[in-house]
Amino acid sequence: MIRFILLQNRQGKTRLAKYYVPLEDSEKHKVEYEVHRLVVNRDPKFTNFVEFRTHKIIYRRYAGLFFSMCVDITDNELAYLECIHLFVEILDHFFSNVCELDLVFNFHKVYLILDEFILAGELQETSKKAIIERMGSWKSKNENWIKRRLESILELLLVYTVPVQFWSWLHHHCT
Amino acid sequence: MDRNLDPSIVAERMQEPNIFRKDELEVVGQRTPKNKHLPDAFGLRAPPPAPRPWRGGSSSSSSTAPSLVDSLFQRSLDDLIKSLRSQPASAEPVLLSRALAEIRREIRSPDPDTKAVALQKLTYLSSIHGLDASWAAFHALELLPSPSPLHKRLAYLAASLSFHPSTTDVLPLSTHQLRKDLSPSSPPPFSSLALHLLSLSASPDLARHLASDLIPLLSPRASSTITNTKNNNNNSSPLRPKAAAAALRALSLCPDAVPLLFKPLVDCLSSPVPRIVSTAVGAFAELVSTTDPAPYLPLAPEFYRLLTDSRNNWVLIKLLKIFARLAPLEPRLAARLVDPLCDLLRRSSAQSLVFECVRTIFSGFPDHDHALRLAVDKVKEFLANDDDPNLRYLGLRALTMIGPRNSWAVEESRDSVIRSLADPDPDPNIRREALRLIMGMVFDTNVVEISVMLVNYAMKSDPVFANEILDAVLTTCGRNVYELIVDFDWYVSLLGEMVRNPHCAKGEEIERQLVDIGLRVRDARPELVRVARDLLIDPALLGNPLLCRILSAAAWVSGEYVEFSRNRLELVEALLQPRTSLLPPLVRAVYIQAVFKVLAFCFNSYIDQPEASQVSSLGNSTTGLGLTIECNAAAANCLSDDITGMESADGIASLLSSIEKKDPFFTCEYLSHILYLIETAVGPLSENADVEVQERARNVLGLIHMLKEIPVWKTEEEGFKKDKDNRIGKIMNLMRALFSEELGPVSVNAQKRVPVPEGLVLKENLADLAMILTEGDIAPSMSISFSLRSHQHMEIKDEAMPSVQSTSLLAEHRKRHGLYYLSAEKDDTESNDFPHALDPLLPGSHSDATEDLVKLTEQSLIPRKVKPTKPRPIVLKLDEGDGVSTSTSTTVKESKDDLLSGAIHDVLLGNEGKPSSSQKRSSNKSSGRRVKEVSDNSESVSQSKENLDLGDRENRSSRRSKHRSHDKERHRSSQNNEEKEEKSHRNSTRSSHHHERQKHRQRGEAPLNVVPQAPVIQDLLL
Repeated sequence: MIRFILLQNRQGKTRLAKYYVPLEDSEKHKVEYEVHRLVVNRDPKFTNFVEFRTHKIIYRRYAGLFFSMCVDITDNELAYLECIHLFVEILDHFFSNVCELDLVFNFHKVYLILDEFILAGELQETSKKAIIERMGSWKSKNENWIKRRLESILELLLVYTVPVQFWSWLHHHCT
Repeated sequence: MDRNLDPSIVAERMQEPNIFRKDELEVVGQRTPKNKHLPDAFGLRAPPPAPRPWRGGSSSSSSTAPSLVDSLFQRSLDDLIKSLRSQPASAEPVLLSRALAEIRREIRSPDPDTKAVALQKLTYLSSIHGLDASWAAFHALELLPSPSPLHKRLAYLAASLSFHPSTTDVLPLSTHQLRKDLSPSSPPPFSSLALHLLSLSASPDLARHLASDLIPLLSPRASSTITNTKNNNNNSSPLRPKAAAAALRALSLCPDAVPLLFKPLVDCLSSPVPRIVSTAVGAFAELVSTTDPAPYLPLAPEFYRLLTDSRNNWVLIKLLKIFARLAPLEPRLAARLVDPLCDLLRRSSAQSLVFECVRTIFSGFPDHDHALRLAVDKVKEFLANDDDPNLRYLGLRALTMIGPRNSWAVEESRDSVIRSLADPDPDPNIRREALRLIMGMVFDTNVVEISVMLVNYAMKSDPVFANEILDAVLTTCGRNVYELIVDFDWYVSLLGEMVRNPHCAKGEEIERQLVDIGLRVRDARPELVRVARDLLIDPALLGNPLLCRILSAAAWVSGEYVEFSRNRLELVEALLQPRTSLLPPLVRAVYIQAVFKVLAFCFNSYIDQPEASQVSSLGNSTTGLGLTIECNAAAANCLSDDITGMESADGIASLLSSIEKKDPFFTCEYLSHILYLIETAVGPLSENADVEVQERARNVLGLIHMLKEIPVWKTEEEGFKKDKDNRIGKIMNLMRALFSEELGPVSVNAQKRVPVPEGLVLKENLADLAMILTEGDIAPSMSISFSLRSHQHMEIKDEAMPSVQSTSLLAEHRKRHGLYYLSAEKDDTESNDFPHALDPLLPGSHSDATEDLVKLTEQSLIPRKVKPTKPRPIVLKLDEGDGVSTSTSTTVKESKDDLLSGAIHDVLLGNEGKPSSSQKRSSNKSSGRRVKEVSDNSESVSQSKENLDLGDRENRSSRRSKHRSHDKERHRSSQNNEEKEEKSHRNSTRSSHHHERQKHRQRGEAPLNVVPQAPVIQDLLL
């Protein structure tokens, strides 16, 4: 079973953290810190497995981003390594050439993708095609609420005549 | 609902701050009638919003209510991220706190859009920047019923990230909404979200309440109706696998749900859809690996069918994991499995699957030679993979699994193992595995070669690994009271060599073993003393704080077994050398005590020595020496004066050397010199700040003073002999009695065996002691000074004395042990600086070292029959509790044999037909327990026992308390469950032919169960 998944950059900033076992917040921070320290200084020629407390971390580095997965000590290392790669491929497909910024600005989507992929610490789907198919439907539905909100504001402002200062104030704030 | 913005609120807010300039903002919940005209004036937009459930909850004081600006010009998540990124890192805390204040205001807004965005921002901040989001749990709950998919998604995301089963107190409030979303009538995306939340943060209570709602999602019929409504070509619902995963979580949290959920889960195994099978197999693999595997044996035929049919590597790996757990329980399983396993090994190209096969064979079927051979060949391929460290590592891991019985396999890949160890740029993981493997191969025939090789290698490797090697060697050699060691002289000198390692940090273990060997192995003592002397005499070791424990052991050994020492004077000098001031006080105390023992021994020998030697020593040198102990200060000078023609400084040295030559014979000069030496070195210590040092120093000085009061012994040998009232003899006999009794090892349980004397009350509460203390107004102070003098005085003395004595003593010491000091030129510049303890070797020699290593080990792993050069000495062993710690794992296992597996046992076997005798017992036990005291046991079921060992203790206790309170309720619900179970039975029998067949089989088998020792499982299986 997967205990948690972490995406961290080289500076140790967490880009995604999903825990499949309930942990306290303080414990989560400690885990993230320790995993980063374990993983960041390892030579690329080293193995992708590190023992971590009573479990093991399977990690893989993509550019400046470390994908770490904590699994049981009896789990199959290579399979989970494949699993990480599959996840990255899916992300890559979804964001077309994924980079760290994509993950930052679309963090909720990354969680959605991950949920499609892994549930309750168990791999849900091993076929890349199936996941991508299922995610295709979200893209179109992506609601742009900011646009709608701005429209409604403009409408309001047209209905109520407001002083010119307010316009300029609004302009200032919107830009 | 297309329109999300509430016009009435907007209008109202617009007015208040900007136009009417009211003094106070109005509380959100109280909308006054005077504003009612506004929607009409607004005109365009239609109905007033539906009443919101959270309005009451979020109404608050005017100062924190969200203002118009907040909801209109709310920053979106992107704005927030951009502003955070545009600022330097130093400004981040300020920005974060500002954003958090903003969110706190916005999240109270009655407008769901505003609230959703605020929640999203909070989720982002909590997951990326680690802010606490638990306070917003209620707000996430508020958004859960929202009809908008976006809001719902955000709410579920926030909930799944921030809810904690034991600390989120609003969690029970989500039960209703989850049930609604799980119902088949709600759209699948919503159900999927609910399943996620359920699987991530369900508490046992929540799992219990919602278990029945999972059944429709798990059953194939229900999912097919959903797919029909959705017109999906794929004839399976995406929900079924998710429901299976969530069911696994619910099962592990709440074993009561087993009768409900287990059957549908089993049905998933026979689904035609690969995805469902994959999840179900994953769920079973998790169940089998975390609980007692025995109840799952009846499912073996199903798993076997999947193993032969499935082409999905992931499923196959999980199936192998299941079989690895089941195989030890059922011997016939192995015979059936070997062929498919070998088949997989041969034909699969996926390394992960191959590795899993190898692991299953090594751990499960070590008796099938054919399979084993194949697996070992695969491991060799792994090890030969130079460019992929992962495979090499896994190959080594596999070899460690193979166990000592099939050590030929390790022997065959010896080269690769040693190459991994000697790799110039190796991964610590690989090296550690290789080390573990090599240490697993150690027998009493090759322990010498391997240990020497490893200790030499440790000299050249980096500090961390060097210590790992030393640790491995120490534990292997010390295992089971040194059972591997034949030649203790060699081992003791190896321990001495370890100390020479510049990175050695294993002081405590080496100390323990040095003393332990001294106590246990009589024959090893001379060598032990020699090694101890080498350690003590080296001034460079004294500066290394990691080694002081070892030095303490060495000092103790040479004091205790001083009779084996060849040169006592040298020993005393080493023990009293100036740099001992660097040692911690406790070690220093050991040093002084050792000096005391040496002194006592020397006088003893002097008195006991035979006449002849006395005569010879008399004749040799010093008949007419008018030396008295009283003129101690002048003693050295007197000595040198009497020996003709020598300068005083050289004189001492030459005299000393002349004394050393006839060392076994104690002469009075010898003794007086020792006395002088001890007195000058120990004297200042009698005022040391540390009580241990001070006390021992005073002991030694006391003895010396006593001896000095008897002038007769050294002036006239005859006089001494004639001295019949012989005070010195008495003193020495006393001393001998003090030290003559030999110390031995003490059993761990020794204390227990001492009978408690009558009248001694050990278990009495000492609580009244505190009362007495407070009555008497005596505060128990932690630091009690044993010294009568003021501390200030002592410190002055301490500082003054060493500086005076050390220059002279140091010079003398340097002269005598020149080889341990740096050359003279360097001494001039930094007179008091000693060489660094054991400079590491130059890096240039490293490559040679690894070659050496490979060369050294060429033969060493082969267990050779070496004729022991000498018989193994007797090692003193105590009959019990010696080094062997009895593990309590069996009892733990028993208690872990938990409710979940018991319940599953019931479902698979117990419900239909009578279980066989053995199973009956266990199932009875478990079910009985279940009825009586679920509350006490159920927490052991949850995986919390191995939840990363990240203490779930408080979690458990809270759970337990909840259980107690819900006890009655559970009885009711379990009745309900049984009814529902009946229903689900009918469902499943109607739906799945395969399952029906299986059940028939089980029924048919049931009568057989009466036969004892022939469990139903086996017949079902084959």
